[in-house]
Amino acid sequence: MDKILRIDMSATGGPQQSTEKAGEFAALGGRATTSTIVAKEVPPDCHPLSAENKLVIAPGMLSGTAAAISGRISVGCKSPLTGGIKESNAGGQAAQVLARLGYAAIIIEGLPEGDDLYKIHINKDRVEISVDNSNKLLDNYPLIDKLRKEYGDKVAFMSIGTAGERLMVSASIACTDPELRPTRHCGRGGVGAVMGSKKIKAIILDDAGCTNRPPRDAERFKTANRAFVEGIRKHPVSGEGLPAYGTNVLTNVLNEAGGYPTRNFKTGQFEDASKISGESQAELEIARGGKATHGCHRGCVIQCSGIYNDKDGKFLTKQPEYETVWSHGGHCGISDLDTIATLDYWDDNIGVDTIEMGVAIGVAMEGGVIEFGDDEGAIRLVRDEVGKGTPLGRILGGGAGMTGKAFGVTRVPVVKNQALPAYDPRTVQGIGVTYATSTQGADHTAGYAVATNILKVGGDVDPLKPEGQVELSRNLQIATTAIDSTGLCLFIAFPILDQPETFQSLLDLLGGFYGIEMTGDDIVALGQKVLTLEREFNKGAGFGPEDDRLPRFFQTEKLPPHNLTFGVTDAELDQLYNWD
Amino acid sequence: MKVTVKLFASFQTGRFKIEIRDYPDQTLIGTVVRELNIPEGEVGILLLNAVHAKLEQPLNEGDLLAIFPLVGGG
Ligand code: SF4
Repeated sequence: MDKILRIDMSATGGPQQSTEKAGEFAALGGRATTSTIVAKEVPPDCHPLSAENKLVIAPGMLSGTAAAISGRISVGCKSPLTGGIKESNAGGQAAQVLARLGYAAIIIEGLPEGDDLYKIHINKDRVEISVDNSNKLLDNYPLIDKLRKEYGDKVAFMSIGTAGERLMVSASIACTDPELRPTRHCGRGGVGAVMGSKKIKAIILDDAGCTNRPPRDAERFKTANRAFVEGIRKHPVSGEGLPAYGTNVLTNVLNEAGGYPTRNFKTGQFEDASKISGESQAELEIARGGKATHGCHRGCVIQCSGIYNDKDGKFLTKQPEYETVWSHGGHCGISDLDTIATLDYWDDNIGVDTIEMGVAIGVAMEGGVIEFGDDEGAIRLVRDEVGKGTPLGRILGGGAGMTGKAFGVTRVPVVKNQALPAYDPRTVQGIGVTYATSTQGADHTAGYAVATNILKVGGDVDPLKPEGQVELSRNLQIATTAIDSTGLCLFIAFPILDQPETFQSLLDLLGGFYGIEMTGDDIVALGQKVLTLEREFNKGAGFGPEDDRLPRFFQTEKLPPHNLTFGVTDAELDQLYNWD
Repeated sequence: MKVTVKLFASFQTGRFKIEIRDYPDQTLIGTVVRELNIPEGEVGILLLNAVHAKLEQPLNEGDLLAIFPLVGGG
């Protein structure tokens, strides 16, 4: 990864490309790369859909190598949803292919004149940016079918659906999985709208003739990789639970713990949770000839995903994740797995974040647009309103915050205008700290305190009390920022939190690849450095301590069954960033 | 006394999902786990009436006990 591709969409006479040396970014990756470039090159107060914003795409530090589970790709920009910095990452094949092609990053800047829609084709020998208006207003599945005929099956695609073209701030960027389905999405923060504003419909990545990136210290790297895989396989979460049931195994856990936000955060338990649980989902998938275990990219040794077939045994969508099953399920009072899977398909096809979309629909239900529990209504809203870009669809596609305003809803679960995921902060107080303080807006992955609060992985902090949550969230946010830079899937956190030898093998993997010594302190320093510059960017964009808060109702409305409010004080939240 | 026991994920295999079971008063959670042939080391999360509990805690009439292996997601 010794080069950076820069594409200026504003250039006179059409988009211009140039290649520069990767410099400091040659040994960086993922979130560290995207956030550093965005912080350096994008004016924090610019409009996110203007020419001044940039879309930065970066594979992780270990992507394109033989390291296991290293295929996360990061996309960064100023978020049109939050107005702050954004890094959104996804699985799929893109990271491995882009890294093998030698790119540490692609930076797309400017806006083209006119209405032409572009595609970018990158292979070993050249980069071609061309107009292709025949792709206009195609959703992701038909788009990828069309592109496969043109570019074959040995490539990886990144694309936007109609939501991205329509500049909806819940729009995602889809990445294809090993079977070339557009199922893995850089979902959060509206990165698809930024790609759409630059009039780029698809990026085709072809690594024919390229090989894996070679490690500096091959022996150390190989030994570390073996130990790393062994550590992942032997931990019960990554070795058994995630492969067998996927992330949706959490539905029953959170529901039993009373932290499952139900019908727009009114209660912490859903009476029909077991119908949409990971256990039920896996059983159904297997009965219909789908798969309960599937990897989103080659080289994944956990395989938390699956294949969800319809009643007739035909592919409907990839296994909906826990967050999706919640946002379209319990959050909306919906308890039918086929409805949820259909919504997952439409989200992927139109190209919207499943969390933002599901939460927006639940808020619309609260606002009286349709009733809670209206399966058909929910599908209609996504497929026929958001998918067709109607005025109502544009309100919903504008996210939960906009939907709440449009329909006069007071209980609107957003932080920095980004929808809360599937854990109620009154019952899982640690994740509330992460929601409130993350530079990304409400994001569970930014510092997954659920592990320590509820799952009892990596320690034990009482989920119902405010004590210890700020420190927990701080440490997790720092570590996560570093992991988000490696290209490794965040689910390696379960084994590395519990097994010191697996954490050591991660350090050796990085150290062996780059021929350096890596320590835990280096990981912390990297995480802190990136968080600091993200926070500086947000300050420049107008964010202050008052934005590091949960919506007020979490302090005024008690959540059954525990009847608690969020107990971490504002002063404590302000202590999260205590290192700079 | 009657206690509702719920099992999840791999613990359901060959056992049950939910059962109302009879135990002597003050039976410990650990005793229930052993009686169900669940190796203690495999227990990840114990929720007693929606609150995290430990193996050595006693049960009372009408309690709801949920037993999970170590699981995770995100
Ligand atoms: S564990 Fe799941 S999300 Fe992570 S890389 Fe594997 S399939 Fe993708």
